[in-house]
Amino acid sequence: MNTSKPLYSLTVASENAVMVYFEQKMAADIAGLVQQAGPLIRHALGPHLLELLPSYASIMVVFNPFSTDHFAVKQWLQQALSALTAGSSKPGRRVELPVYYSEQSGPDLALIAKTKQLSVAEVIKLHQQQLYRVYAIGFAPGFAYLGEVAEKLTMPRLKTPRARVPRGAVAIADRQTAVYPAVSPGGWNLIGLCPTPMFQPQQHPAMPVAVGDEVQFVAISKAEFLALGGEL
Amino acid sequence: MSHFEVINPGVLSLIQDAGRFGQSPLGLTNGGPLDAGSANWANALVGNSANASLLECSIGGLQLQAHCTATFAVTGASVTVTVNGQPKALWQSHHVHSGDIIELGMASLGLRAYLAVAGGFNITPQFGSSATVMREGIGGLHQNGAKLQAGDKLPLTSGTTLPARQLPVAIQPNFDFSKGLSLRLIEGYQHQMFSAVQRQRFYLNSYTITPKADRMGVKLSGPAISCSSQSLLSEGISYGAVQIPPDGQPIVLLNDRQTLGGYPKIGSVLSLDCWQLAQAPAGTVLQFVKTDPQQAHNALLLAQARFQRQLANM
Repeated sequence: MNTSKPLYSLTVASENAVMVYFEQKMAADIAGLVQQAGPLIRHALGPHLLELLPSYASIMVVFNPFSTDHFAVKQWLQQALSALTAGSSKPGRRVELPVYYSEQSGPDLALIAKTKQLSVAEVIKLHQQQLYRVYAIGFAPGFAYLGEVAEKLTMPRLKTPRARVPRGAVAIADRQTAVYPAVSPGGWNLIGLCPTPMFQPQQHPAMPVAVGDEVQFVAISKAEFLALGGEL
Repeated sequence: MSHFEVINPGVLSLIQDAGRFGQSPLGLTNGGPLDAGSANWANALVGNSANASLLECSIGGLQLQAHCTATFAVTGASVTVTVNGQPKALWQSHHVHSGDIIELGMASLGLRAYLAVAGGFNITPQFGSSATVMREGIGGLHQNGAKLQAGDKLPLTSGTTLPARQLPVAIQPNFDFSKGLSLRLIEGYQHQMFSAVQRQRFYLNSYTITPKADRMGVKLSGPAISCSSQSLLSEGISYGAVQIPPDGQPIVLLNDRQTLGGYPKIGSVLSLDCWQLAQAPAGTVLQFVKTDPQQAHNALLLAQARFQRQLANM
């Protein structure tokens, strides 16, 4: 029999929500489990499921409390998740996102370069070198948490968040990177601008990426950025 | 076209339905009425289902002109309601004719009033719901998250009238929170990362509602609670979740909360109790009382049964 550590644990979240926790780390193998578990849970709960919120290493399962209860949901989850297999991590689609990296479009590039003792060009190169996984979508509509940023580029959040981060801002914080889908306050380090809209409520699909997809950032020139509809 | 025109939107008036569900893959939150009980009664008094679009009027000051015959009801916070200057009772349906002016005064007890019309407002849903979430720019009359503005024309599904209905005074909720609130809490999430001493402190002390309260959540102040872990991976946040940020002051998350977050949570307030947080003014004192999932489930089913029995008796 399998004697290794269980792949997940179940914890109450609220009167009608259960958390499925995997090993709490940002890693492709854990993200693979989260991705595998989603459809299994949807199938097992069927019409009793109200909402499924996957993240880095957890899934929140929200059920209809008038049609079922915690006891039944936990049993269904245990049955469904017995089909999980460790180690397999099949990424979704690969999505290219163009970025105009410059000190004009990325006001924190110089600070990162100085802090990390790199040239600005090296910072830009390092950010593009990695293939990022969409670990989670949330916080705000269209906000995709991408990881992992190269160890050499790890930057803490700003001590004082900016009151206004522009739409399309490409940013890093710790080992995460993201594109701000809309103008908002934000405390991440800004390194460039992406002209691809990250959230278009009137379009289908509304987002260019989904959880599990892989993102490749590709540097573009200012002229290309403007031609693609970017605004400075 | 049958419609109500907004003469004055008041302090903050929003179109809401029961909420937007199943859109978390895009990062969209639930929205919906902060006081679901009052909103459900407003709809029920005019013969609507719980998901019909209605108006949530915070603080008061809403003024509408009917451009058709209609039946409407106002529930929730104690506001004066007049039609052409004539006072009308809350928790009761009334008829209006084309040209009539409906006016809501400022709330004296409670903060949110609900105005429903028979048939509901006919609002194009966005991502399956008309709920207005200003922070996201989603939902509402123009599907852009905007609050109501003077001149907005709110279409009615049907300009029909219905026999008047009334909720008996004895079962109308109480909006006098001066004696304090008691919020039932289902322990969960990271509650085991809070030591026994911290948990006792949380339950034995009173907390006060601060002015940092909106549709996203309500910040409380009181004895600081500490958690053994401060760095969590962001995870799903349930309705009513009690998040403890590094300053130790609890935040109860409500309808327009962010879908994911990384602060430790000690558990979640029972949904049946959350409305009080949105109706009680800053300075209201409250205490958390521990409950468990079975008791919570029973309470939900009981509340539903009571609502349906009362509705059947109307």
